[in-house]
Amino acid sequence: MTSRAAPPRVELRRVTKVFRRGRERIVALGPIDLLVLNREFVSIVGPSGCGKSTLLNIVAGLEQPTSGEVLLDGQPAPERLGRVAYMHQRDLLLPWRRLVDNVVLPLELRGVPKHEARRRALPWLARFGLAEFAEAYPAQLSGGMRQRAAFLRTLLAERPLLLLDEPFGALDALTRAGLQEWLLALWEELDRTVILVTHDVEEAILLSDRVVVLGPRPGRIVVEVPVDLPRPRAYDVVTHPRFVELKARVLGALRNQTLPEVHRDGP
Amino acid sequence: MGHDRLLPTLLLLLGIGVWELLARLLAVPLWVLPPPSRILAALVRDHALLRHHLAVTLEEVAVGLVLSTMLAVVLAVAIVSSRVVERSLYPLIVASQAIPIVALAPLLLIWFGYGLAPKVIVVVLICFFPIAVNLVDGLRGVDPELVDLVRSLGGSRWQTLWIVRVPAALPAFFSGLRVAAAVSVIGALIGEWVGSSAGLGYLMIRAASQFHTDRVFAAVLLSALVSIALFWSAGLLERAALPWRTVPRTES
Repeated sequence: MTSRAAPPRVELRRVTKVFRRGRERIVALGPIDLLVLNREFVSIVGPSGCGKSTLLNIVAGLEQPTSGEVLLDGQPAPERLGRVAYMHQRDLLLPWRRLVDNVVLPLELRGVPKHEARRRALPWLARFGLAEFAEAYPAQLSGGMRQRAAFLRTLLAERPLLLLDEPFGALDALTRAGLQEWLLALWEELDRTVILVTHDVEEAILLSDRVVVLGPRPGRIVVEVPVDLPRPRAYDVVTHPRFVELKARVLGALRNQTLPEVHRDGP
Repeated sequence: MGHDRLLPTLLLLLGIGVWELLARLLAVPLWVLPPPSRILAALVRDHALLRHHLAVTLEEVAVGLVLSTMLAVVLAVAIVSSRVVERSLYPLIVASQAIPIVALAPLLLIWFGYGLAPKVIVVVLICFFPIAVNLVDGLRGVDPELVDLVRSLGGSRWQTLWIVRVPAALPAFFSGLRVAAAVSVIGALIGEWVGSSAGLGYLMIRAASQFHTDRVFAAVLLSALVSIALFWSAGLLERAALPWRTVPRTES
C-alpha cells in the first residue's frame, strides 16, 4: 500500500490541447498544471465548453496533449490507455450484454476467465444493490441502476485512478442526491484517487478534498479551493456554515469568469 | 396481432375466390389461366416431380446464401477497417449492382456450364450486396463512445471489434440478411432459366413450353413459399441471436 508520501498519482505539466477545424485553430485547453495526490478526491468545475472532458480524455490517454506532459505515479506516461479507469456521463453499458457481463468487462479485457470474473463481481453487485438484476439487460434497468452498474464497471477496472465525467449529470435530482450520498459513503473505504468533472458545485464540494475551477475556453485553472470539511462526511454537511462559505467562493470564482461575457452581450 | 394478419389473409382469400369464379364463369382455357383449384390439384398430383426440382433449387439457394454471407462479411470488414479498400472497392461493389444479372447469366453458362456453379454465382451476385451494404452501415454506425470505453479499459483493436463493433452491427447485418434471403430464390431461378437440367426455374420453363400452365403456377407458388420461409427464418434467427432487442422494457 502506498502512503501519502508517495509521488503524485497524476501530474499535468503545461498541458494544452489545440483542435483544428479546417484552417481554424481552436485552443481548447490550457496551459494547465495540475497535481493530484494519491487517494485524493479532486473535482473540476467550469462553464460548459471549457475543456473539462478534454482534460479527462487526455488523462485517460484517449487523446494526447498538443503540448505538455502527463505523468502517472511520478513517471512520464505517454501510453495511458488501460492504466486509468474512466466513467462517462452516459452509462455506456453495452445493450447486448446482461448487467453482470457489462460489469465484468474490464476483467474480461484483461483475460480473466468469465466464471472467475463473475465470481469476483458477485459480492460487489450485492453491495451496489444490483444482485437481483444481474441477468437483466440494460434496457430493463432504471437510469440510477444503470449508472451504478457503470460505476461498478469502472471500479472493477481495478485501477488506482478513477476519472468520473459528470457521472450523475443525466439523472433526475432525487436519484442524483441518492447516488451522491451513496458515493460519499463508498468513497471512505475505497483506496482510490478520483478526478471528478461536474458542473454541480454542491456535488463537487460535498465529495472532494479540493475543487479546481476552470475558466471558459481555453480552459485554464482560475482557482483551487481546498475543501477542509472533516471526513467522514454525510449529506447534511451541505448546511454547514463552512460548506456554504466554500460554495460561495467557488460560485464567485465561476461567476467572475462568465460575467464579462454577459456585459459584452448587453446593449 | 390478430388483426395484423386477418386483413391481408381476407384480401388474399377474396382475390383467390374471384379468380376461381371468373376462371370458371368465363370458361378460360386451362392453358391460359387455370383456376386456383386446378393449381392446387397440380401441386398434389406432381408432388414428387416438384419435390425433386425444389431440392435442386434449395441447394443452390442455400449454398449461395452461405457464400454471400461470407463474402459480404469479408468485404464489409475490409471496407470498414481500411480507407484504401473503401476508396478502391466500395464504388466497384456499388457499380456491380448496375450490371443486369440476367444479361450476365448466359456468360456464366459459357464459363461454368450447366451445373450448380453458375446458379450459385447468380445467387451470390444478387445476395451479397444487401448484406454487405447493411453491414458496412452497421459497423460504421457504432457509437464511438462505446469504442472509446473499451479503448480506455486497455482493449486492443481486435477486442474492440469483437466486443463492440460486431455485436453493435448485428441488427443491421440481419436486416441485410432478411432482404438477401427474400431475393435469393429469384437469383436461383434466373440461373436456371438460362441453362439447366433441374430446378424450379427449369421446371417452369419446361412446363410453360408444354402449356402445363397449372404446373407453372404450382412451381411459382412453391418458389414464393420458399422466399417467404427464408425471410421468416432470417427473422427467427435474428430474434434468437439478439435476445436483448426483444426483452420487455421495465423502466422504473
